[in-house]
Amino acid sequence: MAGNADALKNAQGDLRIESVTKRFGDFVAVDDLSLVVPRGSFFALLGPSGCGKTTMLRMIAGLEQPTLGRVLIGETDLTGSRPYERPVNTVFQSYALFPHLTIRDNVAFGPKRRKAADAEKQADEALALVQLSHLAARKPAQLSGGQQQRVAVARAIVNRPEVLLLDEPLGALDLKLRRQMQIELKRIQSEVGLTFVHVTHDQEEAMTMADTVAVMNEGRIEQMGPPEILYDLPRTPFVANFLGQTNLIPVTYGGRDGDWQRVSASGRTFQVAAARTNETSGALALGVRPEKVRIHETEPDGRGGLTSVIGPGTVADVSFTGVSTQYLVDVPGFGRWGVFEQNLDVERIDTRVGDTAWLSWDAGHSFVVTGGEELHAGMETIDEAAP
Amino acid sequence: MSVMAHATAAQSGAGEATAKRGGWTPYWLLLPGLLWLVVFFIVPTVQLFTVSLQSQFPDYPGYYYRDVNVGNYATAFSQFLGHFGRSLFFAGLATIFGFLLGYPLAYAMAFKAGKWRNVMMICVIAPFFTSFILRTIAWRQILADEGPVVSTLKFLHVMPENGRITETAIAVVAGLTYNFLPFMVLPIYASLERADPRLIEAGGDLYANGFTTFRTVTLPLSMPGVLAGTLLTFIPAAGDYVNAELLGSDISTKMVGNVIESQFFKVPGGFPTAASLSFTLMALILVLVMVYVRRFGTEELV
Ligand SMILES: Nc1ncnc2c1ncn2[C@@H]1O[C@H](COP(=O)(O)OP(=O)(O)OP(=O)(O)O)[C@@H](O)[C@H]1O
Ligand SMILES: [Mg+2]
Repeated sequence: MAGNADALKNAQGDLRIESVTKRFGDFVAVDDLSLVVPRGSFFALLGPSGCGKTTMLRMIAGLEQPTLGRVLIGETDLTGSRPYERPVNTVFQSYALFPHLTIRDNVAFGPKRRKAADAEKQADEALALVQLSHLAARKPAQLSGGQQQRVAVARAIVNRPEVLLLDEPLGALDLKLRRQMQIELKRIQSEVGLTFVHVTHDQEEAMTMADTVAVMNEGRIEQMGPPEILYDLPRTPFVANFLGQTNLIPVTYGGRDGDWQRVSASGRTFQVAAARTNETSGALALGVRPEKVRIHETEPDGRGGLTSVIGPGTVADVSFTGVSTQYLVDVPGFGRWGVFEQNLDVERIDTRVGDTAWLSWDAGHSFVVTGGEELHAGMETIDEAAP
Repeated sequence: MSVMAHATAAQSGAGEATAKRGGWTPYWLLLPGLLWLVVFFIVPTVQLFTVSLQSQFPDYPGYYYRDVNVGNYATAFSQFLGHFGRSLFFAGLATIFGFLLGYPLAYAMAFKAGKWRNVMMICVIAPFFTSFILRTIAWRQILADEGPVVSTLKFLHVMPENGRITETAIAVVAGLTYNFLPFMVLPIYASLERADPRLIEAGGDLYANGFTTFRTVTLPLSMPGVLAGTLLTFIPAAGDYVNAELLGSDISTKMVGNVIESQFFKVPGGFPTAASLSFTLMALILVLVMVYVRRFGTEELV
């Protein structure tokens, strides 16, 4: 038994989730989920509210046991063991700082339980890392939300766990502090070499920080991979909509020409790289990211070549955001399209609402995913999640 | 709070008249409560204090004159020192037993009861629906010489053949523990119920096993409830006389409350003694409570 406890405590290696299912009564919160997080990597779990992110983390921490499946670190099976036996620490979504202890004692709590002789010193170092040394003697109630969050981070990393779970640890911070903490966390992670599993609502945060991003929906992982690949080639409409924005239109399949596939909609045919076509049967949708779309005042010459063109349409909205200008264009037969144009010039933008416009994009930039009812999946959540 | 809010509002430029009215409203609202306190607490206390210093007319038992007879206190204290000791001892024991019985009960109600929580809550409160005296008399039946407890203990040979429980200190402490148990359970339950379960999980997450988490997180979080519960048990138990009267013996288990009662109502000329006993008891409890709150109220038990 003691040997087993030591094995758990000293478990090292990749974090492995094997076919884990969690049911609460009839409700399936996590559905047959498998993944491997390589040791020392930064893994982000991204998904809308209620999709099972916290439940997943709680099963890794041991605060909840899976209904089916196993959780392992390296070759050590953690399933069934208690939270205090695992080399895993959590930064709770609600901080969960001990209100009766000072900040220093909160941070020293873990090291003290592990009988570290220099618990206080470790705590002070961890507090210095999150720039809160000057508040060490205060109680949690005397700190702002953002400061409490940083204490929660310090309290977890001070233990140098094999796996650190972060449940939306930066949610309460303002943008500047948030960026600062993102860099700080990333630095700590690469310095100490811990495995981080970072849950967030914020797609930008997930993409900037993580080596691997997993997009989760309704208890399942929709897609997982390096952020660039996920963004560049989403495999489902949900991922396309949840990770950034996408113009998605329903299309029908029209056959293959060598490296290209043809799809058509409203009497127009578009070329899509075969490698970027996830599906060729059933309801399909063609996707193009708004920043890949160009806006024209006159019809561009693109037919026949590898430039796809739609239009004429009417400009419905123009918003200048500094770095770029965003246009919304209603194109008959194709719905409302978004276009981001980088402001490379200093000339005034003379496109006005009501103007006629054509849209074009490089055929190599579009992709095809399953369409049908799922077309708008993950869309509302973008607004909801935006801070 | 609202007084302060009003004060700041007044400073930040509100008109003189409104400031005055706003400033006085809270005091008007306090008035009924204050009046009640003055008429039914302050006046009787002062009255009791003057009585405690009265002297008897020599040769006229039952007649007193106003005096500053500090001797009353000396007599009361020296004569009834044993009763004071017994009161505090019994109350202390009842508090300890109440805590030992009440904490697990409150803990179970807060964390383990699930859908049974309300049933348990009713079971804790239900005794309040019958009179305190009736319940204490019922205990006399339970602990009686021929009653279930004594016969079982005798059957098991834990108790000698001629042993008994009523008329002993055991019965009094048992009665006190029982009667004040809800006052222990409810505040502890309230503070455990309010504790964030995430904090207890965080204890586990930070390498504290079940017992250590209890010692370092759960118990300190419930300290306000423990403090309130122990005070709500100890203070009335120290002044109680019903349990000693109904469950105890005529001599060996009398508490201060019984002495005060008999000095007031049974002993001719006992008024000043009874009054000074009351005051001494009050002062004693006050000092003890202050020491206790100083020790446990502001400091953490970690
Ligand atoms: N103890 C529980 N009993 C019943 N249902 C639960 C329990 N815990 C979570 N759930 C349900 O499981 C689903 C997933 O919850 P979870 O907390 O994992 O969501 P989340 O992805 O972390 O959401 P958020 O981003 O809002 O924190 C939710 O629908 C929730 O209602
Ligand atoms: Mg959550």
